[in-house]
Amino acid sequence: MSIRLESGPVVVGRAVSTGAASPSPASPETAPVIFDIKGLNVYYRDFHAVADTDLDIHRNEITALIGPSGCGKSTVLRCFNRMNDLIDGARVEGRVLYHGIDLYGPAVDAVEVRRRIGMVFQKPNPFPKSVYENIVFGPKVAGWKGNLDDLVEESLRRAALWDEVKDKLDGSALDLSGGQQQRLCIARAIATSPDVVLMDEPCSALDPIATYRIESLMRELKEQYTIVVVTHNMQQAARVSDRTAFFSVDVGEEGQRTGRLVEYDATDQVFTAPSLKETEDYITGRFG
Amino acid sequence: MLDTSASLDLSGDPRRLRRERNVRWLFLSAAVFTILVSIAIVLSLVGEAVAFLQSIAAEIDEGLGALIADGWFPRRDRFDLRTIIWHTLAVSIIAMAVATPLGLGAAVYLSEYAKAGVRRVLKPVLEILAGIPSVVLGYFALRFITPDILRNIWDTTQQSNLMAAGIGVGILIIPLVSSVSEDAMQAVPRDLREASYGLGAKKWHTSMRVVFPAALSGIVAALILGLSRAIGETMVVAIVAGATGGSLLQLNPLNGGQTMTGAMASLAIGSDQVAGGVAAFQSLFFVGLLLFLMTLVLNIGSERLVRRFRQRY
Repeated sequence: MSIRLESGPVVVGRAVSTGAASPSPASPETAPVIFDIKGLNVYYRDFHAVADTDLDIHRNEITALIGPSGCGKSTVLRCFNRMNDLIDGARVEGRVLYHGIDLYGPAVDAVEVRRRIGMVFQKPNPFPKSVYENIVFGPKVAGWKGNLDDLVEESLRRAALWDEVKDKLDGSALDLSGGQQQRLCIARAIATSPDVVLMDEPCSALDPIATYRIESLMRELKEQYTIVVVTHNMQQAARVSDRTAFFSVDVGEEGQRTGRLVEYDATDQVFTAPSLKETEDYITGRFG
Repeated sequence: MLDTSASLDLSGDPRRLRRERNVRWLFLSAAVFTILVSIAIVLSLVGEAVAFLQSIAAEIDEGLGALIADGWFPRRDRFDLRTIIWHTLAVSIIAMAVATPLGLGAAVYLSEYAKAGVRRVLKPVLEILAGIPSVVLGYFALRFITPDILRNIWDTTQQSNLMAAGIGVGILIIPLVSSVSEDAMQAVPRDLREASYGLGAKKWHTSMRVVFPAALSGIVAALILGLSRAIGETMVVAIVAGATGGSLLQLNPLNGGQTMTGAMASLAIGSDQVAGGVAAFQSLFFVGLLLFLMTLVLNIGSERLVRRFRQRY
């Protein structure tokens, strides 16, 4: 599939919710839209995990998805690179337009999608192989031809890990500390030259210092990549993200929990003047 | 309010304590009994094996040279170990050549490719294969593999032959190999698969470059287990390998030949090759001891291999 990076007029900050109050557009700057999601519904068999979500993701920005447990933020993130395909019984409805192409369209191969949209997971999950092998895995399986040594150095430098591991490239990745492992996973994700990097609570298993390093890394990386991050940590969303999407949970009559997007706006706006009481309660720690 | 310490008794109910002691003894004796039986088996093997060596050294003209003779004919005092060991190895190699690709292929399919519903059906079916008595497989090899397959390829195939025995034993150990290696692959954390798919790897790459290496120690264990089983398998070779009491060394697997277990089974079948001489009878214990040592070495070797290949995750 060939991808044209769109540059035309773009609606920005279009926060859409199914609730009564639709927050007004904010944020004047116009970064091109990478993902345009409309009417997204995700089901796991009979369980309705995410309902009617509309969301735009903008280029070279960090978008944070926040909300209480079970609100479907990770589920939404996993729609961006079709990771939900791996779960038996998962069903996605609605459109996930990536540069105008519906990722769930008939002619789209999930493998191609994931080569352009990298992912970093909650728990650092390096392969039980050497540091070097971890980095070259993605490019190799994609049939990439080029200088692997240079690629390894370049990727590790971008992930701010090169100085720490340059002498142990052949050592096991599992001998690194948790924070180093997570930066290795970031280096591994960007070694395939993705367009977007998805991060699913990338710091939840890390200590504050390692978290701080990942956050500064994210700010550097957004110069080249578009980042979508799921986080439980309100301060982290406030510190690193440009836009924040707040998800909430509707509890049905029989206790079934369905997540939906309730507020989406520039991060400053969401954290200083949220348009919904629900959002305010959550970010000020009154529930969640 | 304050109770005096005199009325506080923390020593426990003596009946309960006695019962716990008894249960402990019960389980301990079960464990000890098992170990004692194993030791008794080894001792009886060693005793008869030594007696065998002494008797051929004393009574046969060639002495211990009878262990390297012209074929395995116990009744004629020809105990050529090369013959039966080679035939056992030939059957085992053929069996592994059958069971390794099919067993591992089935394991990769079940673990990585099959949808949950398909696995729920296929796995028990595969395990039914493990429940087929080996005697049935022996006749299957005799009546189907030899006449309908091997003779169509090589028309000089003998009625009883090592190839059919090897294929039969191979089919017999497929479920073992696939089930143990599938368990090893299932034990590889989901995290690693997600990491691989997240990098745009296809199922093939994820299976071969991530799951397979991470499960390698378990897979090696499965293969060694299969090999031990192949070496020790008796019924199929007794029926189809050409266990007519004795044989010459056969390099061509399309001919019949006596294997180690086949030689031992001859006694049970009542072949007159072993009915006579004392040495012939004792020779079977000697072969049994050799079999025991071979599987022991394999198990120790696999333990080491597994530790060397182990990928922590």
